[in-house]
Amino acid sequence: MRENLPALLVVVPLLLAPVAALVGRKAAWAVAAAACWWSLYASIALLQRVRAEGTISYEMGGWAPPYGIEYRIDLANIFVAIIVALIGAVTIPYARKSIAKEISDDRGALFYAAFILCLTGLLGIAVTGDVFNVFVFLEISSLSAYSMIALGEDRRALTAAFHYLIMGSVGASFIVIGIGLMYVMTGTLNMADLAVRLPEVADNRTIPVAFTFLTVGITLKLALFPLHLWLPNAYTYAPSAVTAFIASTATKVAVYLLLRFFFTVFGETFSFEVMELDRVLMPLSIVAILAMSLVAIYQANVKRLLAFSSVAQIGYMVLGISFGSVLGVTAGIIHLFNHALMKGALFMAMGCVMYSVGSVRIEKMAGLGKVMPWTMAAFVGGGLSLIGVPATVGFVSKWYLVQAALERGLWPVAGVVLIGSLMAAIYIWKVVEVAYFQSPDPDYEIREAPLSMLIPTWILVAASFYFGIDASLTASVATQAAETLIGGLP
Amino acid sequence: MSSPGLVIAFTLLLPVFGALLVLVFGSKPNVREAATLLVGALTFWHVRELLHLVQEGARPRLDLFEVVPGVQLAFEVEPLGMVFALVASFLWPVTTLYAIGYMRGHHEENQTRFFFFFAIAIAGALGVAFSANLFTLFLFYEFLTFCTFPLVTHHQTEEAKRSGRIYLGILLGTSVGLQLLAIIWTWQLAGTVDFRVGGILAGTASAGVLGAILVLYVYGVGKAALMPFHRWLPAAMVAPTPVSALLHAVAVVKAGVFTVMKIAVYVFGIDLLGTLATTPWLAWAAATTIILGSLVAFTKDNLKARLAYSTISQLSYIVLGAMLATEMGIIGGGMHIAMHAFGKITLFFAAGAIMVAAHEKKISGMHGLGRTMPVTFGAFFVGSLSIIGLPPAGGSWSKWFLGMGTLEAGQIGLLAVLMVSSLLGLYYLLEVPVKAFFFKPPEGAHHHEGIKEAPLPSLIAICITAAATVGFFFWPDVWYDLMVMVVNQ
Repeated sequence: MRENLPALLVVVPLLLAPVAALVGRKAAWAVAAAACWWSLYASIALLQRVRAEGTISYEMGGWAPPYGIEYRIDLANIFVAIIVALIGAVTIPYARKSIAKEISDDRGALFYAAFILCLTGLLGIAVTGDVFNVFVFLEISSLSAYSMIALGEDRRALTAAFHYLIMGSVGASFIVIGIGLMYVMTGTLNMADLAVRLPEVADNRTIPVAFTFLTVGITLKLALFPLHLWLPNAYTYAPSAVTAFIASTATKVAVYLLLRFFFTVFGETFSFEVMELDRVLMPLSIVAILAMSLVAIYQANVKRLLAFSSVAQIGYMVLGISFGSVLGVTAGIIHLFNHALMKGALFMAMGCVMYSVGSVRIEKMAGLGKVMPWTMAAFVGGGLSLIGVPATVGFVSKWYLVQAALERGLWPVAGVVLIGSLMAAIYIWKVVEVAYFQSPDPDYEIREAPLSMLIPTWILVAASFYFGIDASLTASVATQAAETLIGGLP
Repeated sequence: MSSPGLVIAFTLLLPVFGALLVLVFGSKPNVREAATLLVGALTFWHVRELLHLVQEGARPRLDLFEVVPGVQLAFEVEPLGMVFALVASFLWPVTTLYAIGYMRGHHEENQTRFFFFFAIAIAGALGVAFSANLFTLFLFYEFLTFCTFPLVTHHQTEEAKRSGRIYLGILLGTSVGLQLLAIIWTWQLAGTVDFRVGGILAGTASAGVLGAILVLYVYGVGKAALMPFHRWLPAAMVAPTPVSALLHAVAVVKAGVFTVMKIAVYVFGIDLLGTLATTPWLAWAAATTIILGSLVAFTKDNLKARLAYSTISQLSYIVLGAMLATEMGIIGGGMHIAMHAFGKITLFFAAGAIMVAAHEKKISGMHGLGRTMPVTFGAFFVGSLSIIGLPPAGGSWSKWFLGMGTLEAGQIGLLAVLMVSSLLGLYYLLEVPVKAFFFKPPEGAHHHEGIKEAPLPSLIAICITAAATVGFFFWPDVWYDLMVMVVNQ
C-alpha cells in the first residue's frame, strides 16, 4: 500500500463517492467522513515521505512518463493536498448537523457524494504531474462544487451556481485551450517533460498565447480581481459547510496551479522576464486588496462580507507570487495555508450563526456575544487572524509579505499590505460591535450552536493561533516549497 | 529562588493565574478581590526578586521558541524594563484596592469581567517590559491594546462604543501601519530584531533611511500619544476611573513611552540617534505636544478630561527625553516613567474618589469640597506637585534631569518649553485643590451636605500613592540607579 499511496490518496475517495450516492443520508455522511479522514492520513504520510526521501514520482498503471500519467509529489503540492484534506477532515463532522438543517433529507446522500467528488478533484489537481489530468480533476471538482452550491436554501443559490457554472466553464475552456496549444507545440502533457521541451519552442508565437490562455483561465478560477465576479454570490448562498470547505480549498488549489504553471512548466525566466507577468499580477492584486477590502466594509451580509474579504486575501497570495522571489513565493504559500485556517474558522462561525439564528445579516447578530458566546469568540479569534495581530497566522503571512516587498525595495506595496489589514480590522470590528454592544432581541430565543459544529470551528481557530505562535513548521515547509518551485524540478 | 528564567515565567503567568481565579470566584466578590490582591502582591514580590538580580548586574533571560526562523519569543530583564515592570506591578495591587471601593461605591456592573481583563492587561504590560526583541514587544503591545478594549468600553453604551472605535482605530492603525513596517524594515536591514546594548541599526543603511525608520517608530507607537495620534487618550476616559488610573496613567501609556525609550536605546543606540537628522525634529514634535497638551488641559472643566490632556503633555516629556539623545535625557525620561506614574495615578484616584463620594465631575462644581474631603484633595495637591515638578515630590528629579538633558544637547529652546509647560501645569492642576479648599461652595448648594470621604479601601490606596510620590523625592535612588545602569552598560 505504501508504494501506491499517491494513487490511493485520490482513488479511494473517488470510489467512495458513488457508494455515498447509493446509501441513506446518515450512512452517506459516514462514507464521506471516511473519505476525508483517509485522505488526511494519506497526505500526512506522503508529506513525511517527501520530507524524508525527496520528490515522489508515481507511474499511474505502470505506464512510464511522459506517455503515461505521472503523479509527482514534491513539498509544494503535498502541502496543498494537506490543506485540502485537513479542511475536509475538519468540515465533515461540522457538516453533519449543519447540512441536516440546511438541505432536505432526500438530497443529503447526493450532497455527500458531491462533497467527496469535490475533495477528490481538488486532491487530484494537487498531486498530478500531467496537465490534461489537471483539467479533468478541475472539472470534477468544479462540477461537484456547482451542484453543492445550488443546494443552498436561498433561491438565489441557483442563480449563483449558474453564474459560477458559466464563469467556471469559461475558465476551464481557457485552460484546456492553453493545454491544447502546448500539446500541439511539444507533443507532451507531462509537466516535467513540458518544462524541458517548452524552452525549445518558446520563440514561437503559440507559446505566449498558450501562456496567456492559461493565465486568464487560472486567475478566473482563483478569483483574482477583476475575474472574481462569480465568487461573492457563490460563497454567500451556498450551504454553510460548503462555503467553509470551498472558500478554504478551491481557490487555494487554483493558486497552486498558478504557481505550478508559472514556475515549473513555463519556468521563472519565461514567466517573469519574457512575459513580464509581475506587471500584470502586481497591480491587479493591489487593486484586489484595496478595492475588495473597501467593498467588504459596506456589506450587510456577513457571509458576503467574508467572501469579498476572500477576494482581497487572494490578492495577498498573488501579490506574493508576483514578486517572483523565493521570499515572495514563500509568503504566497504560507498565506495559502494560513488563509485556509482563518477563513475556514470564520465561515464555520457564520455557519453556526446560520444554524441558530437562520440569517447571517449583521442586524440579526445583535447581542450574539451574549447568547452565543463560543461562536462569537471564535469569530473574534478568526477575525484577529485576518487583521494580522501578532500570535496569529495572519501576522506570519504579513511578516513574510512585507519582507518580500521591502526586499524588492517596494515600500509603497508594503504599505498597501498593512493598509489592507487595517481595512480588515474595520469590517471585522463592524460585526464585533453589533454582536457585543447591542442587546439581543428578546422576542425569540437563540441558543448556542451544537458542539459538533463548535468543536470543528474551534479546532481551526486554535490552529490559527498555534501556527501563528509557532510558525517554524509552516515557514520551513513553505520556504522549501518555494525553493523547489523556483529552482525548477529536482 | 530557582533559575531566573523561571522567575520571569512566574511573573508573567501570575497575573494570568489571577485572572483565572477571578473567573472562578466570579460569584463571590470578596474572595475574588482577595485573590486579585494576593496574586498582585505575589507578582510584585517576584518582580522584586528580578530587581535584585538586575541590580547585581545580571540580565535574567527566558527563551521560549522560534516563531518564524530567526525570530524568537524571548524575554530579557534589563534596567529600563525593570523600571516599567516595577511601576506596573506595584501599582496593580494598589489600584485593585482602590477599585474595590470604587466599583462597589459606584455600583458598577460586570465587575468580574472588569477584574479579569484588568489582570490580563497587567500580564500584557509585564510582557512589554520584559521583551527581549521587537517581535515579542510588538506581540504584547498589541495584546495590551486588545485586552484593554473591553475595559475602555466597560459600560457598553453608545458613547463607549464610539470611544472604543477611536481607541482601537488609532492604536491599531499606528501600530500596524507604521510600527510594524518599521520593525520588518529593521529586520530586513539588521537581520535581527533583538534589543542590544548600543543598538542594532548602526551602519546598516544610509542616515536618511534610518531617520525615516525612526519617524515610523516614534509615530507608530500610538500609545505614546504624540500629537496628532493622541485622540485615543481622552476618548478612553469614558472607562471607569480605576481603568483610567492604571491603564491610562500607568500601564498602557507607559508601555508606549517605554517602547519609544527602548527603541531609542537598544535599537538605535544613543550615539546613532544623535546623528540622525530627524531626531531634533521629533524632539520638537514632542515639545509641541507638551505645550499644546497643557493648553488644551487648561480649557477642560471636566476633571478627567483635564487629567487626560495633562497626561498627553507629560508623556511627551519622556519622548522628548529619548529624542534628546543624551545620557541625561535618557535618565530623566526613564525616571519620569516612574515619577509621572505615581503622581498621575494619585490624581486619577482622587478624581474617581470625588466622583464616587460627591458625584461631581466638573472642576467648577468642586468649590469648597476640600473641607469635606480633605484627604482626597490633599493627595491631589501632592500629586499635582509631582507632575509640575516641585519639591517635595518625586517629579522634581525627573524634570531636573530632563532639563539637564536639554542643556547637554544644547537645546535652550527645549528647556524653555519645559519651563513654560511647568508654569501652565502650576495653574491648571493647582486650580483644583485651591478652589476646593479656599473657595466657598456656591450659594444654595446643598449637595455638599452629607458627603463623606470615599470608601476606605480607595482612601488607603490614595494615601499609599501620595506617600510614595513624596517618598521618591527623598529616596529616588531605585529609579536613578537603574537608569544610570541603562546609559552605562
